[in-house]
Amino acid sequence: MMGARRTTAVAAARAAGLASRVLGRGGGTALPGLIATALDRDIIRDLALQLPCGSAMVSGTNGKTTTSRLLAGIVERAGYRAVRNQSGSNLERGLASTLVQEADFLGRLPATRRALGVFEVDEAALPDVLRAIVPRTLLLLDLFRDQLDRYGEVATVAVAWSAALRGLSRDTVIAANADDPLVATVAESGVGPVTYFGIASAERVGTVPEHASDVKACPRCGGPVIYDRVFLGHLGHYRCSACGFSRPRPEVTAREVQLHGVHGSDFTLCLPAHELVISFPLPGMYNVYNAVGAAAAAHTLGVAPGDIRAGLEAATAAFGRMEPIDIAGKRALLALAKNPAGLNEVLRTVVESAGPAHLLMMLNDNVADGRDVSWIWDADIEMLAGAIASVVFSGSRADDMALRFKYSGVLDGAGGPEWDVCKDTRDAVERASRLVSPGETLFIVPTYTAMLDVRQVLADMGYVRPYWEE
Amino acid sequence: MVPVLNLVHLYPGLLNLYGDRGNIITLKQRMAWRNMELRVHQVGLGEDFPDVPVDLLFMGGDQDREQVVVVDDLRERLAGRLSALVDDGVPFLAVCGSYQLLQRYYHPARGPDLIGLGIFDAHTVHPGPDVARCVGNIVARWDLGTIVGFENHGGRTYLEGDTAPLARVVAGFGNNGQDGTEGARVHNVFGTYIHGSLLPKNPAFADLLLRLALDRRFRDIELSPLDDSLEEAARRSAIARTAS
Repeated sequence: MMGARRTTAVAAARAAGLASRVLGRGGGTALPGLIATALDRDIIRDLALQLPCGSAMVSGTNGKTTTSRLLAGIVERAGYRAVRNQSGSNLERGLASTLVQEADFLGRLPATRRALGVFEVDEAALPDVLRAIVPRTLLLLDLFRDQLDRYGEVATVAVAWSAALRGLSRDTVIAANADDPLVATVAESGVGPVTYFGIASAERVGTVPEHASDVKACPRCGGPVIYDRVFLGHLGHYRCSACGFSRPRPEVTAREVQLHGVHGSDFTLCLPAHELVISFPLPGMYNVYNAVGAAAAAHTLGVAPGDIRAGLEAATAAFGRMEPIDIAGKRALLALAKNPAGLNEVLRTVVESAGPAHLLMMLNDNVADGRDVSWIWDADIEMLAGAIASVVFSGSRADDMALRFKYSGVLDGAGGPEWDVCKDTRDAVERASRLVSPGETLFIVPTYTAMLDVRQVLADMGYVRPYWEE
Repeated sequence: MVPVLNLVHLYPGLLNLYGDRGNIITLKQRMAWRNMELRVHQVGLGEDFPDVPVDLLFMGGDQDREQVVVVDDLRERLAGRLSALVDDGVPFLAVCGSYQLLQRYYHPARGPDLIGLGIFDAHTVHPGPDVARCVGNIVARWDLGTIVGFENHGGRTYLEGDTAPLARVVAGFGNNGQDGTEGARVHNVFGTYIHGSLLPKNPAFADLLLRLALDRRFRDIELSPLDDSLEEAARRSAIARTAS
């Protein structure tokens, strides 16, 4: 009976995925999983158990897609075949889709290949996913406020993570960001070993958390948190002056981080017995965190340092994460920004880029973006003063973003940027790219569903491939 | 000399979740565009009021956890000063969590009741973690027309006695999702669940606060009109999205 249901579930799901691609209805990344889990609730558990090398999981607010991509690149150099869930399909159904695609029609995974699951998991879905799949390594990147209307408050997610970690056995290694006080507090609640990672030192460093900071009081006792170093948002070297809680000592670190605008960064990666000089192609401090996190996870999986370096140095941008696009000979970078901390990092890269920068800001308020757009007021738009030549606003809440820019003072003055509101995505792309001269860069900065819209428009115009062909 | 108003922002490091900074930025810029200056003074946990005449008060919202951290400090150290300022007619805007702290008490989902300042004769009850929160775009009517924004709160607020609501809900939940009221107003103290942020998309509200403050401090300063066409456009999109 079990076998028949499994076969039906796998067959129906694979057919649905194929049909939706053939009909051009999108990537078919969620539908097969939805069908499979509806017909057979244990399918994820049973298929994942068959992965010959087990799995690693990546979760957190920012950096899941890039980091799981980095980790997959690293483990493939070590001879594994990474089984990944693609394109941000990071809820249970996305994982089910991925596993179903791997299985034969009897619901069996081929046992011969060195398949290792590398799964990115939505932070809110993580507790449910951990009940179905027990990973060898669980990489916890960061917790920022994101889509308060959907996920609830940051503390709620942290509490749910802690409860989920208490349900894991000692067989799962936790790789946790020591620089995030929330993640460090969560990591302590598990029983398994914890490998902490973090940034030791960098050229650009502050001592006060950004306005977008989500850690206002010690997560343990509510006392005041003091930072010696802040690298990004609330990530840095911290201690509580009341209870003595402080940043755990990380085993895997990046030190002497030097950022080179859109061209990436250089840093020294310190593993327990090795130091490697890394020339890392992805831009921004947030990507350094992604790199060190991926290195820490790879280290817990037993990957050799040389493979870690090779994997990091060969990194390419994930879908929509500072992804280079050529729009009729004009250079554009597509950079997803869905919360204040993420937007600040993208804008910092814009400010640090050489030459006049142009922006296409795309703000949607669909459920997957978060229906509440008030987060844009917590991003530091003010840093763009004098740094941009033009900005076009698009998306369902284009007017809100234009208003945010107006109140930032960035649009003011005789030397202010040219700006416009174009609600229609195609109009906006055309308008924004017309303003760009050869040698200049257009930064397209969308929320999640706006990114899907603009990808579709760019694909229709022939500038990018559809994402499911990646 | 440029006219100056002093705004005290209470607990900015702890109570700031839903774009509360947008309200401060809006008041500051709408003063600057009229060649006046708004000086913002931050008062955190255990800190004293600045040695300046206070013209405006603002307090934002946050998670229940931060409210617990703030409530005793607020009641034990600042209550006297705040009630004197309020009696003196200083305009005070309190959004979401701090609106709750200005009421008689807040009964949270977990833990003991938080005893508030009682400036509003009202109380708030959180019906428990399993009951759906009041989340979504909100449109409400008040004396100055329409207020638009976003609300996201677990607690349900009930006005008592003859406490006047700030506005009447057109679409959304408001105080409790049942009686059609949103927020509360006593003297020049305004409590509301509406963020989004509130003031950028409700410039008439921002200007009301500024006018109340200017009238107290100066005799003859008019608020010159500003070009609010972007504000109007953002209001229209917010209203359109409320229907969808």
